[in-house]
Amino acid sequence: MLSDKDRIFTNLYGFQDPGLEGAKKRGQWDNTKAILALGPEAIVDIMKKSGLRGRGGAGFPTGLKWSFMPKEVKERPHYLVVNADESEPGTCKDRDIMRNDPHTLVEGCLVASFAMRAHACYIYVRGEFIREREALQRAVDEAYAANLIGKNNIHGWDFDLYVHHGAGAYICGEETALLESLEGKKGQPRLKPPFPANVGLYGCPTTVNNVESIAVAPTIIRRGADWFAGIGRPNNTGTKVFCISGHVNKPCNVEEEMGISLRELIDKHCGGVRGGWDNLLAVIPGGASVPLLPKSICDDVLMDFDSLKAVQSGLGTAAVIVMDKSTDVIKAIQRLAYFYKHESCGQCTPCREGTGWMWRVMTRMVKGDAKVAEIDLLQEVSKEIEGHTICALGDAAAWPIQGLIRHFRPEIEKRIADFSRMAAE
Amino acid sequence: MSLRRLAPPEIQPPSFAFNAENAEWAKMTIAKYPPGRQASAVISLLWRGQEQEGWVTHPMVESVAKMLGMPFIRVLEVATFYTMFNLEPVGTYLVQVCTTTPCWLRGSDAVVDACKKHIHAHQHTVSADGKFSWMEVECLGACVNAPMLQIGKDFYEDIDGPITERLIADLRAGREIKPGPQNSRTSSEPEGGALTLTDPSLYDGSVIGQYHKQVPEASVTDAEAKAPTQAASDREAPVQKPPGAAT
Repeated sequence: MLSDKDRIFTNLYGFQDPGLEGAKKRGQWDNTKAILALGPEAIVDIMKKSGLRGRGGAGFPTGLKWSFMPKEVKERPHYLVVNADESEPGTCKDRDIMRNDPHTLVEGCLVASFAMRAHACYIYVRGEFIREREALQRAVDEAYAANLIGKNNIHGWDFDLYVHHGAGAYICGEETALLESLEGKKGQPRLKPPFPANVGLYGCPTTVNNVESIAVAPTIIRRGADWFAGIGRPNNTGTKVFCISGHVNKPCNVEEEMGISLRELIDKHCGGVRGGWDNLLAVIPGGASVPLLPKSICDDVLMDFDSLKAVQSGLGTAAVIVMDKSTDVIKAIQRLAYFYKHESCGQCTPCREGTGWMWRVMTRMVKGDAKVAEIDLLQEVSKEIEGHTICALGDAAAWPIQGLIRHFRPEIEKRIADFSRMAAE
Repeated sequence: MSLRRLAPPEIQPPSFAFNAENAEWAKMTIAKYPPGRQASAVISLLWRGQEQEGWVTHPMVESVAKMLGMPFIRVLEVATFYTMFNLEPVGTYLVQVCTTTPCWLRGSDAVVDACKKHIHAHQHTVSADGKFSWMEVECLGACVNAPMLQIGKDFYEDIDGPITERLIADLRAGREIKPGPQNSRTSSEPEGGALTLTDPSLYDGSVIGQYHKQVPEASVTDAEAKAPTQAASDREAPVQKPPGAAT
């Protein structure tokens, strides 16, 4: 188990003062000036060496992403945009960072913006997080008042930080949809290329990062890339906030080492699965978008990007949704199919039409009112959606259903057989 | 996606204007964005309008379009795309119940049943006393405190059917209700007390200055260390405006 001293978010649960005084006492804003004095190149280098992979779901190396920004500022200003549109079902880690440890994020925004030569940063908070937005705004105001950020601040890098919000669209968590939304349009993703590092917000070079990726940066630089890289496993380094929900005795958020085993995570931090480990049916290990895993795989799988990819799932946002044997697993996935149908932005035909079609078929399969051949048809159609859309929402809608068919096909067939028998009687 | 339209003309009010406080706030909000990019404020303004009126009306869309120099259709697109904008009147208390899988697994069906019983059999319908309406919403992002619902700005977490009934009854009677977890939890820690973050040395200030491996103290006082920041700032900053753009 990770020791408390190696945890970055020391006020994750909000037991301490989230304000500037409390944050400083916990070691934030500690010699930030010296961090900036390293210069942008060195900061990006440390981030690369730390091995930090983006915490928003895709796991792209953060240092590498920062290095894509132009090295010189020409006529177009640079922007940092922080993605706080946390909407992936199962995920609630950024919420705790914003309401309880907001200064990690504010300081991270300054450091990251400096490293990418940006003088302005927007934090896009999901619309439903109203209290979280207020808490974050309070932290930003405190930082302005203490002259930590703003014009002519004590760090010598003019920097403005703005809190922006959405109004309930899951798709705005996709980085280009987020930029569209931030520009005052419908949140429909853009084609890439051009990538945001060349043409982003207002047509200017922009980097979009998850809250957690930005908030861990100052601590990584302060404590050194080696410290962070020494936690976890190669290519999957550092600490991560896990959100464990569903059928465990004590659901919670906890910051743990990457590569912790799923079983240890659930048993140590959540009081075990409801009814004991043998009562486990399946786990969605990384938020709604990733395929679920049956108990046989859960027994010894490790929680990091590469281990979960090896079992045809993913770490995603590290939102662990646990289902015990009482769960109607087909209904659980059908509910997710409805979610994707509801949240499809309607831009690409395969996703707009496909998510609705998959939901309707899934709804029949919950009852068993289907033909066995439709399972293959569903699989086939999901493959036609996956990879044929501008953004990854189409993929995200297809994967849970593919996972269900992969691991619980007999369950679906049984449901269909039961229904036909009942209908015949 | 779903089909969303503005309410029929019969129930649209004749006009809309921000009150003085909100109009002042709108000016400040628009100034958060670079000149010419005022359209960025559209969601914030519509949201403030909804807070003022309860729902997004046709005259409000027109008024916001005018304020931001946007075509009417662009603001209409935004109002109909984002699902937090109520396009028809709602109860004084809009109860939004999360029913996505993590909440459903922990019993959001009972929460929905309580709303059906004590507010209205159908969602999006204002209760007989005009005080409530309810709706199912997609994941609100408090999954470790499931099931949960949102009323106004606050989340009510770790609930079940009877607690939902109590919350509705208290609001109906004009009693105050406590936001956040409705059991013994403070936030997202495991029930019964946190198992981590218990080391007192994290909170006594002793961590300050402890980790300066990468950033030796000497570099702070080194005059050279200042050069890349300040000079770069002067060279690269001409287009940035501070918030409010007063100076």
